Amino acid sequence: MIHALLTGFGSALAPENLLFAVVGVLLGTAVGVLPGIGPAMTVALLLPVTYNVSPSAALIMFAGIYYGGMYGGSTTSILLNTPGESSSVITALEGNKMAKGGRAAQALATAAIGSFVAGTIGTVLLIALAPTVAEWVVVLGAPSYFALMLLALLAVTTVLGSSKLRGFISLALGLTIGLVGTTTGQARLTFDNPLLADGIDIVVVAVAIFAVGEALWVAAHLRRRPLEIIPVGRPWMDRTDWGRSWKPWLRGTAYGFPFGALPAGGAEMPTFLSYITERRLAGRHRAEFGKGAIEGVAGPEAANNASAAGTLVPLLAIGLPTTATAAVILAAMQSYGLQPGPQLFEAEPELVWTLLASLFVANTLLLVINLPLAPVWARLLRIPRPYLYAGILFFAVLGAYSVNFQWFDVALLSLFGALGFAMRRFGLPVLPLIVGVILGPRLEEQLAQALQLSQGDVSALWSEPVAVIVYVVIAALLLAPIVLRLMPGRQGPERLEDQVDALEEEVRS
Amino acid sequence: MTTEHVTHDRPDIDKHVDPGPDRAQYGLAALLALIGVWTVVDSAGLGPGFADQVVRPGAFGYVIGSALVVLAVLLAVATARGSRAEGEGGEDVDLDVSTDWRTLAGLAGVLVATIALIDWLGWAVVGALLFAGAATVLGNRHWVRNLVLGAVLSVTSWYGFYVGLGIPIPAGVLDGIL
Repeated sequence: MIHALLTGFGSALAPENLLFAVVGVLLGTAVGVLPGIGPAMTVALLLPVTYNVSPSAALIMFAGIYYGGMYGGSTTSILLNTPGESSSVITALEGNKMAKGGRAAQALATAAIGSFVAGTIGTVLLIALAPTVAEWVVVLGAPSYFALMLLALLAVTTVLGSSKLRGFISLALGLTIGLVGTTTGQARLTFDNPLLADGIDIVVVAVAIFAVGEALWVAAHLRRRPLEIIPVGRPWMDRTDWGRSWKPWLRGTAYGFPFGALPAGGAEMPTFLSYITERRLAGRHRAEFGKGAIEGVAGPEAANNASAAGTLVPLLAIGLPTTATAAVILAAMQSYGLQPGPQLFEAEPELVWTLLASLFVANTLLLVINLPLAPVWARLLRIPRPYLYAGILFFAVLGAYSVNFQWFDVALLSLFGALGFAMRRFGLPVLPLIVGVILGPRLEEQLAQALQLSQGDVSALWSEPVAVIVYVVIAALLLAPIVLRLMPGRQGPERLEDQVDALEEEVRS
Repeated sequence: MTTEHVTHDRPDIDKHVDPGPDRAQYGLAALLALIGVWTVVDSAGLGPGFADQVVRPGAFGYVIGSALVVLAVLLAVATARGSRAEGEGGEDVDLDVSTDWRTLAGLAGVLVATIALIDWLGWAVVGALLFAGAATVLGNRHWVRNLVLGAVLSVTSWYGFYVGLGIPIPAGVLDGIL
């Protein structure tokens, strides 16, 4: 394994790949900082660009975007106090208070160095875990995969978001989009249009939902008063700040990685847990919480980045995406004919190890590039909004058009863009739809394969022990909230959003 | 129900007069039901599939289509019982202002024009119009400067894709010039 990793480093440090890592990290941080654009949208917009680039170079760039986007989001929430990504809501609590108190440089420094520490530890854990997990799952048959995919679909739908009903609506819409095409030998939902015979390109759906939907939604509610941006110099920390930061970094990593690695872990829960832990353990600094405590930035930021590394475990080892960005990266891999999962480690060891090594490279680049560039990133926040959102629409149309060079894809883009707008208006979460589009057809494929081998005997679906365990987990996931609500003296489990809102009230008052 | 009668154990609600059900959600429910019914009808029209096809081509469509119909009913019921959607927040989003339909209509017009013209005029021309149109609609009235910026962006991206990435975007009406 060490040997494979060293080979990976050799390939990741080759000039061409290094260039893609730098581009990815810079782009990722820039778009993470820019309001309105997240890492998922960036990867989606860049999918068409990579059609003629080698898979490893493209994946290296995407990994850089993913890590960079996570970091850029924290810059925005510290300097602007309006977090764009849900994962940096918690960072904004203390980070913005620090910035207002004249400690923006220290807040950015502890976020950057904490991200580096967490990202590096997370990547080490990823390298230790992913091949092992891949070895376990390689023996699994179609019934287990079917169960795992079902779990991933239900988990992203029910665990995250404030309304399960709206989560399921989003999931059903995604699965419907996934039906379109002739994969089963007969034309489904194609309206007899030959252009729909191959199904709807995931690039078009992802770009439409993330980019066009967001641009339309912002256009309809554009903030007319400019936001207050706190100026910042070069980030730095003194001895005391280091002393107060290193333990929160490690604890944050310990929260973030496992949550990221679980299906539907996400970054919201670990950042929240990290924040309340740091507040409890702050000792004599506890009074600073709510006024700008550095522990409250260090811990959640580390948790955020560690969970990003964690999400790569199920993505690479099983082929299950658990975040929007991971879902789009999965779509990119599929467009190269690569099937993430245990086979990937056997069929494409060089690609996998180059990608894993490049995660270390990206992480180091982030630290080296971002500390001196912080003032530049802060200036990006002032970009005129008409240009920003016109630019997003421009690149979205370019991306959709370059798939097949036909107006039809641009029309689909606009149609799904309208859907993306409606989803934001009606509070429908985006993640279940995207994961539904990607996993729906694969779910059907695995079911067909499982039942084909058993010649239609449905009991084959629970013929593997792993499948049975997964179904138990699914049952627990679906039934736990109902059981908790029926228990006497309980109001049912508190929603994470409510807890975060309560925390914000408490800290800010 | 007036605000005076609201009890004080729900302080988060009594700030505003009860705005009534979120009627637009009935529209969403109707749309979901329509898609669901259409999916079921489409699945019913499929043949039994190949002899070795255990999972019939229509099977998933039946399940997903009926799920959509059920979800549409649930959403309508939830709406009638006062469930309101939380619009998505963001750095540039001010949810306190009402929806700006004029800007949206303008952007929709720009997109429709793009669809209509893109195959004929080609990316370099349409891309410039798209950028300039969108920026103008979004509130930047220097339309000449927007047009110049758009032209620079679209021509650069055309060459970037054609030469740099090897993706041959058709030149359209500028064929032979670019």
